[in-house]
Amino acid sequence: MRTRSLPSACLIVSLALVPAFARKKKAVPPARPAAIVQMTNSEKTLHALNRLAFGPRPGDLQTLDETGLKKWIEEQLHPESIPENPDLEAKLLPLETLRMSSLEMVRKYPPNNLVKQMVDGKVPWPEDPQTRTVIQKVAQRYRDKLGLATDEKDQFTFDQAVAAVPQEQQEFLKGGTPEQKVAVLQSLPVAQQFDIVTTMPPDQRRKMFEAAPLSMRRRMQTFAGTQQVVNQDLADGKLYRAVYSNRQLEEVLTDFWYNHFNVYLDKGADRYMVTAYERDAIRPFVLGKFKDLLLATAQSPAMLFYLDNFQSVRSDIDADNKKPDAKRAKRGLNENYGRELMELHTLGVDGGYTQKDVTEVARCFTGWTIREPRRGGGFEFNEKQHDQGEKHVLGVTIPANGGIEDGYKVIEILSHQPATAHFISKSLAVRFVSDTPPEALVGRMAETFQKTDGDLREVLRTMVYAPEFWAQDAYHAKIKSPFEMVISALRATNADIDFTNAVANQLNQLGEPLYRKQEPTGYSNKSSEWMNSAALLGRMNFALNLAANHVNGVKVEVPTTTDPDQMARSLMGTELTPASLQIVQSGLTAEAAATPVKGAPKPASGPSLVAGLTLGSPDFQRR
Amino acid sequence: MASSRRIFLRNSALAMVGVGAAPVWLERALYAKGDTGSAAGGSGSKILVTIFQRGAADGLNIVIPHGDPEYYAMRPSIGIPRPSQSIAKEDSVVDLDGHFGLHPMLAGLRPLWDARHLAIVQAVGSPDPTRSHFDAQDYMESGTPGLKATNDGWLNRALPAATGKPSPVRAVALGPNLPRSLRGENSAIAVDSLSTFQVKDSGASAILQSLYSGSHDEVLNGTGRETFEAMSILQNLQKQPYQPAAGANYPKGRFADNMRQIAQLIKANVGVEVAFADIGGWDHHVNEVGAKASQGQLANLLSEFGQTLAAFHRDLGDRMGDVVVATMSEFGRTARENGNRGTDHGHANCMFVMGGDVKGGHVYGRWPGLAKEQLYEGRDLDLTTDFRAVLGELVSNHLGNRNLKAVFPNYDGTAIDFRGLLKA
Repeated sequence: MRTRSLPSACLIVSLALVPAFARKKKAVPPARPAAIVQMTNSEKTLHALNRLAFGPRPGDLQTLDETGLKKWIEEQLHPESIPENPDLEAKLLPLETLRMSSLEMVRKYPPNNLVKQMVDGKVPWPEDPQTRTVIQKVAQRYRDKLGLATDEKDQFTFDQAVAAVPQEQQEFLKGGTPEQKVAVLQSLPVAQQFDIVTTMPPDQRRKMFEAAPLSMRRRMQTFAGTQQVVNQDLADGKLYRAVYSNRQLEEVLTDFWYNHFNVYLDKGADRYMVTAYERDAIRPFVLGKFKDLLLATAQSPAMLFYLDNFQSVRSDIDADNKKPDAKRAKRGLNENYGRELMELHTLGVDGGYTQKDVTEVARCFTGWTIREPRRGGGFEFNEKQHDQGEKHVLGVTIPANGGIEDGYKVIEILSHQPATAHFISKSLAVRFVSDTPPEALVGRMAETFQKTDGDLREVLRTMVYAPEFWAQDAYHAKIKSPFEMVISALRATNADIDFTNAVANQLNQLGEPLYRKQEPTGYSNKSSEWMNSAALLGRMNFALNLAANHVNGVKVEVPTTTDPDQMARSLMGTELTPASLQIVQSGLTAEAAATPVKGAPKPASGPSLVAGLTLGSPDFQRR
Repeated sequence: MASSRRIFLRNSALAMVGVGAAPVWLERALYAKGDTGSAAGGSGSKILVTIFQRGAADGLNIVIPHGDPEYYAMRPSIGIPRPSQSIAKEDSVVDLDGHFGLHPMLAGLRPLWDARHLAIVQAVGSPDPTRSHFDAQDYMESGTPGLKATNDGWLNRALPAATGKPSPVRAVALGPNLPRSLRGENSAIAVDSLSTFQVKDSGASAILQSLYSGSHDEVLNGTGRETFEAMSILQNLQKQPYQPAAGANYPKGRFADNMRQIAQLIKANVGVEVAFADIGGWDHHVNEVGAKASQGQLANLLSEFGQTLAAFHRDLGDRMGDVVVATMSEFGRTARENGNRGTDHGHANCMFVMGGDVKGGHVYGRWPGLAKEQLYEGRDLDLTTDFRAVLGELVSNHLGNRNLKAVFPNYDGTAIDFRGLLKA
């Protein structure tokens, strides 16, 4: 009897002696990679700045070394702990639509169709007198563009506009320097500013624009049309943040998650909803729980509009209608969001859902709509549009009469699927590690995802502290996307951006126009997608232009050296390979000795040429 | 001996491009046909232009089966009306053969149909059941529906083997990105705009060229080499502004610009063998058709599409004898309209095949019908021709690359499945 209990006592004792980790679980953890060759310490510093930031600015490598890599990473994982760059805040200040709700934006910077309604008296003019003046002048001036009847007396010339200005200022407007013109403009009331700016010859207007302070420039932009200002602010905001923010990882993640939950800016009402979408539904959640991010996007007007869910209603909604209106379009279920929610946002295309699941998910989200979408309204659940029947999603029965809860349940189900954990982990690894990330690493990230209920900060920690992240193989393994190339070049040259139009145009040419990926897949995270002749040529030309200060609105600081190695170290954080060094040196010598071709543009020379070559070189295309 | 002589002529012809048009005898020799049936791609005389309509174009509203009453039953709001006294011409079907007709915005293609240069294939597409844009485009461009592991594209594999040094612009895509279709072993370039395809500073250009060719980085080395070689060819073209042939009126728009540049490249005799352009915006889930057929998103898109194809045809003139243009889209759309005056993702679609060598004026492929039991999964147009049968015929009998097993590796079909689109 006592002997019989002895074995159990031994068992208990032996259990106590067994180390904790062996006792913990039965499942075999994913295989730890055998000794992975790591980068050198200086490579690690550069790697951190190239992957977790948009590339180093002058001095960043040294600062990171002094701070210590781990401390820097932890700071970046807690952006609220980092004081923001005052330069950035100064640049963002005039971009007031960035701080507005969609509703306010529509009121203060109305879209063209709304202006027409104001003119027709269907909608009141804005209350603010200055805003009202501008809108009324815009309406008058662009009557034909808005599809309204034109009135002869509303059209006049620059000379007539100048004649209405006080005598002593007229000569400055006609013949003064751009700065003098700006000074006169600033002294005039809004209505007259409008008249002068819109009738001024385009070339003079452009020069005046470039000489004007930011606030005046913005006002000038509203004269061209209030709708454009909204999108201009958005593009400005993204470019400025990427270049100047100290919270670099947060910016990289905002770019990643916007792309993951892509919305196409130019789809109708989305023009006025993307600003709030990025600000309120993406950025605040990038280091939080995935399910919160998912829900925020699901309820955002921008997504509801882009993937048509705001119009998706129960298929029998018009069945009871005793007097069907023949002219009214037939309403019903729209599966667009249901499909992309699973295929692109959560499970991935191989995640194990069926066409039936797509339809059922779509039914769950009927009624998730927007209040007055064309007026910048917010999320609204419309009970009458909701399909109250029972649904079956991925094997889970969702009982009838769930109302808005059906959608919440789907979010809950999808957020907790292992396929989601894996799909999200893989997407992150492709962006941050390599085009073909090691499955073992993705597996560990997915495990963290599941264990922490989708805590994205923890998933990133698993990734960033993994030996695979710092493997020699991963060093410079990714080719920069157009956005990454442009931003890293601007950072490397300590660029001072006065206005962003030329930079935004450059991105259009390189194939990555901001916020304008039409397909819900977003831009590719796989670097090999970006490498082709047109793109490479575009990058080389941009590099040369930037280094020579030929990018309009941007001023750069090029290190005052013509030594290619020094230049490479300053701009890229590494030296050139001996072969590259040889090529550049002999090329520069040949350049210097070459006789200039008559009539050809003056070739670049000196530091700006060497800088341009560095930024356009194969090495700079990698991160 | 024959092949090296052709190459010699071609190279000299390139050198002469900057001087002026090559003399007629030289041109005729350049386009002398290669041995038929051989893989000697150096002949360079036949050209295939492919156009991808991204977003799943609504084939049922582009080539309308107006002879099918089910069509109108399923599309009460967005069906394109049959021609009638009470409806304006631009708002009703342009009849082709009594059963099918073109969307009115494609009226400009009617003369091509009448001249027998335009053929249409109906109920054609990919047999893969996916309705994901991303996957379906991937499958169609890789040419291997169902296989995700394929790295390259069918159009790249379709290029006949080159003898001697291939032209760096033999495979060209217009646009900022190299499309999936053209990825692969053969050199292919993406050109955003012919007129600006150069490094602005010639001194820097030379140094950069050396840097890229000296780079051990395979991807960047390869892309760099392609870029600089193409630049030197295209530089000759940029010396004179391009004048399309009289009567070739390209509309405004990115797609039209791209097709015009393809025409320019073809006429410049720089060795283009395959060309690619795409046109997006076809994903009409909502408001596909306006209050009238001539209005709305589809009409606007088809207007640019149709006018461009007609202008291209006119622009090339006699050269159309060597060129075939084929259009495709990743899948079609639902036979029934949805609740928002639009359509959702479907299955089979239609393709246009245009060229001097085409047996046009006919709709190919078996029409499966639109009755409920005839639809695919009860909702979409059923498939009766695999898109690879169409493209396979063009690759084999027009381009002269008969090794279809290499071009479409997981396709079971053979030459028997060809629809007979080309003149013998």
